Amino acid sequence: MHDLLPFLAEHDFFKDLDEKYLSLLVGCAKNVRFEPEQVIHREGEPADEFYLIRKGKVRVEIHSTGIGPVVIQTLTDGDVFGSNWLIPPYKWLFDYRAVERTRALSMDGKCLRGKCDEDHDLGYALMMRFSQVLSKRLYMTRMQLLLELESFEDDE
Amino acid sequence: MTVSKVEKETRGTFTLELDPGESGFPFLPGQFNMLYVFGNGEVPISISGDPERPDILVHTVRAVGKVSKALCRLRPGDVLGVRGPYGSSWPVDACRERDILFVTGGLGLAPLRPAVFHIFNHRRDYGKVILLYGARSPDRLLYTKELETWSRALRVEPAVGSAGPDWKGHVGIVTNFIARMDCDPAQTKAMICSSESMMRSMISELNLLGIPDREIHLTLERNMKCGLGLCGHCQLGPTFVCKNGPVYSYDRVKELLAKREL
Repeated sequence: MHDLLPFLAEHDFFKDLDEKYLSLLVGCAKNVRFEPEQVIHREGEPADEFYLIRKGKVRVEIHSTGIGPVVIQTLTDGDVFGSNWLIPPYKWLFDYRAVERTRALSMDGKCLRGKCDEDHDLGYALMMRFSQVLSKRLYMTRMQLLLELESFEDDE
Repeated sequence: MTVSKVEKETRGTFTLELDPGESGFPFLPGQFNMLYVFGNGEVPISISGDPERPDILVHTVRAVGKVSKALCRLRPGDVLGVRGPYGSSWPVDACRERDILFVTGGLGLAPLRPAVFHIFNHRRDYGKVILLYGARSPDRLLYTKELETWSRALRVEPAVGSAGPDWKGHVGIVTNFIARMDCDPAQTKAMICSSESMMRSMISELNLLGIPDREIHLTLERNMKCGLGLCGHCQLGPTFVCKNGPVYSYDRVKELLAKREL
């Protein structure tokens, strides 16, 4: 497992994180691999982990009645996904599926939740990092709404 | 000039090919023409063809207003008025031996297309070339056959706002993927085209990558009327978009674009 330490230390998401926390995180990490079209998680499942994509592509889907699966986002090398291990009720909000063979690091969020409760400095450090990811996704979603509005006006 | 061909690109978007006659119609990538539909009026439209094919003058038009709707109703054999070419151009010659990152969405590919053609035609003169191109959905992507052809020599990265499960490209707005393009900021020139709000977002991401303002070029859309810098309709502070633009390096217009009153 300790061979994962350099990867975590170099990953943007964990940049500047205290070494003692990186060692702790390594203990919660495992390598996983998903085959093309493999479902990683479905909406409503317990969210007990998050992932760092090492190589590959994952799509985020919403199942729409009448339309079927609608892809709303793709994630690729270096992306982090799964923030609901931190936020009650700890459920996945969308479906996640591998587009191609994907290697990732799965982090045990259930275990980390306990550690964050015990050590608020760790909790703060992780919350800060997830806030940045979520803030950027919210910004991009709002820009996408603006694009929809501009396109809608063109269509009128 | 006479319309020689009309091709539907996507819903409400058409590409018109015009016959410029024996003298041809030389232009630089990024320049525009004023197109006049008799009895309807005149609008500025970017030239979107191959600059090395002056025998065919190409414009891609989206039917949004009275004149553009009239343009989209034209059929082969119809005649329209053409004034131009006007304005500044993409710095394709100044980019030789550099890496190029094109970032655009929707109809924004039309003004960039001549620059992409130029680079595709002179591929050996350039370093790594990436075209990051977005649309609302896969059926809204323009020039899909060309995207496939270009992908043999350039890295073409299509992104759509949403898609069905059979889509293999990116999903999300193009801005989201700029950081994933593995650009060398010291070597890269960026050329972008979108709405101003979207371009601010793109520029912010390009700056985060380390690409400075002077290496980012963009094309502006303002209310261009005369095409000669005389009437003042397209004035942006001290510059006239029709004459000094529409293509600018971002460091030249950064302060002006930040002023909401302009």
